[in-house]
Amino acid sequence: MHRSPLHEKHLELGARIVPFAGWEMPIQYTGIVAEHHAVRKDVGAFDISHMGELEISGKTAKLFLNGLLTNDVSVLSDGEGQYTLMLNEEGGVIDDLILYRLDSERYFLVVNASKIDEDVSWITSQLEQGIALTNHSDGYGGIAVQGPKAVALWKSLEPEMPLPERNGISESAGGTVLCRTGYTGEDGFELFDSVDRIGEWFDRIIAAGATPCGLGARDTLRLEKGYPLNGSDLDGTHTPLEAGLGFFVKLDKPDGFIGSEALIAQKESGLPSRLVAVKLTGKAPPLRHGYEIADPSSGAVLGTLCSGSLSPTLGVGIGMAYLPAAFAKIGTQFSILIRGREFPAEVVKKPFV
Amino acid sequence: MNVPENLHYAESHEWVNPENPDAAPVGISDHAQAELSDVVYLELPAVGTVVAKGDSIAVIESVKAANDIYSPVSGEIVEVNEGLVEAPEPINADPYEAGWMVKIKLSDTSEIEGLLDSAAYQKILS
Repeated sequence: MHRSPLHEKHLELGARIVPFAGWEMPIQYTGIVAEHHAVRKDVGAFDISHMGELEISGKTAKLFLNGLLTNDVSVLSDGEGQYTLMLNEEGGVIDDLILYRLDSERYFLVVNASKIDEDVSWITSQLEQGIALTNHSDGYGGIAVQGPKAVALWKSLEPEMPLPERNGISESAGGTVLCRTGYTGEDGFELFDSVDRIGEWFDRIIAAGATPCGLGARDTLRLEKGYPLNGSDLDGTHTPLEAGLGFFVKLDKPDGFIGSEALIAQKESGLPSRLVAVKLTGKAPPLRHGYEIADPSSGAVLGTLCSGSLSPTLGVGIGMAYLPAAFAKIGTQFSILIRGREFPAEVVKKPFV
Repeated sequence: MNVPENLHYAESHEWVNPENPDAAPVGISDHAQAELSDVVYLELPAVGTVVAKGDSIAVIESVKAANDIYSPVSGEIVEVNEGLVEAPEPINADPYEAGWMVKIKLSDTSEIEGLLDSAAYQKILS
């Protein structure tokens, strides 16, 4: 089990620690609901040291990445980033990630903790002459500072180190990496630095007023915005088209990308399923991963929830599920089975909030 | 952690107040509510249900997880705290008074001796 460089600080702050993706991470400090609201209304700080940081470099890095990933790398200028996906040959998702262009020959990739090893071995198997892959994951710690007051907090801490533009990246001379991205739907930034220096950043960010937030709030915040979690909502058997991520898939790239032929074929034959947002319509328990969704008239089970929780903002159960395309229309009514009882739910538009 | 002297506790963190054995209130301890944090949903049994010590009598859900509540005693459910179904906040705010979940008519008052007293319960928490 890996331990974050911020582990001792979490214990001092009273965090409850749980295993996640091979790491011991804080799930909450004071409570998920309070931490959730802190990010929506003020500013919160998350330990994201578990996430992976990769660098791909070489004269032909742009060309290489355009064949590896779904989004169009060629639109990025220095200091810009984009959400993108890495697929297998069948069009299934290996990982979803943010790709940043540091300069024309150096790209920075932030990938899911649970997928670092798989990503590295996949990319290594695809490497071409002149392209180098460096895995910085063990050397970097990370903190996501999120919420409407995140930018003001940073300005008060480091007025001389401006944040990059939305989705962008900047590197300080001292080696601190700042990314204007996140997983909460709020403005904010992610800071990566060496494991020796990340603790000091964390102390300063908390002292400046950020509420320490755990993985529990991270999950409710991302789910309210309809952001998928790899391993739950994305997997090797569903394509990004089924996941509703077509915006980040550029099928018109001249040389295609790994998985593009499968996606084009799927688009022509029609999507077998769609990842939909479901919301309970009355008083009911929170939704959970694995709950079955049934057609209320026939009782037939149509799918299972891949994500589920209670929306702290809305006060109702929300979740996501792959459903046959015919049942994926906004407003379609369902039953969700919870401990043998049926609760009414419907397909709603993403985001929930 | 608040552990009142007049209550009896199960190792699974429920309490019972046997003062009135015909309608003994049952709830969860201050420790348990703190561990759960933010109770958002409670499912209670029907009045009249007969339960044995250790049976699941309720499901309590936080944002993160669903947990069973086990009866610390055997008997019949004679009353449930319906108000908590609409608004479960007292389970966190006042677990030993307003946060009681069910009242049980004890079928075997000797079971109380098998539960932990305040001192013994505090010991397992430390």
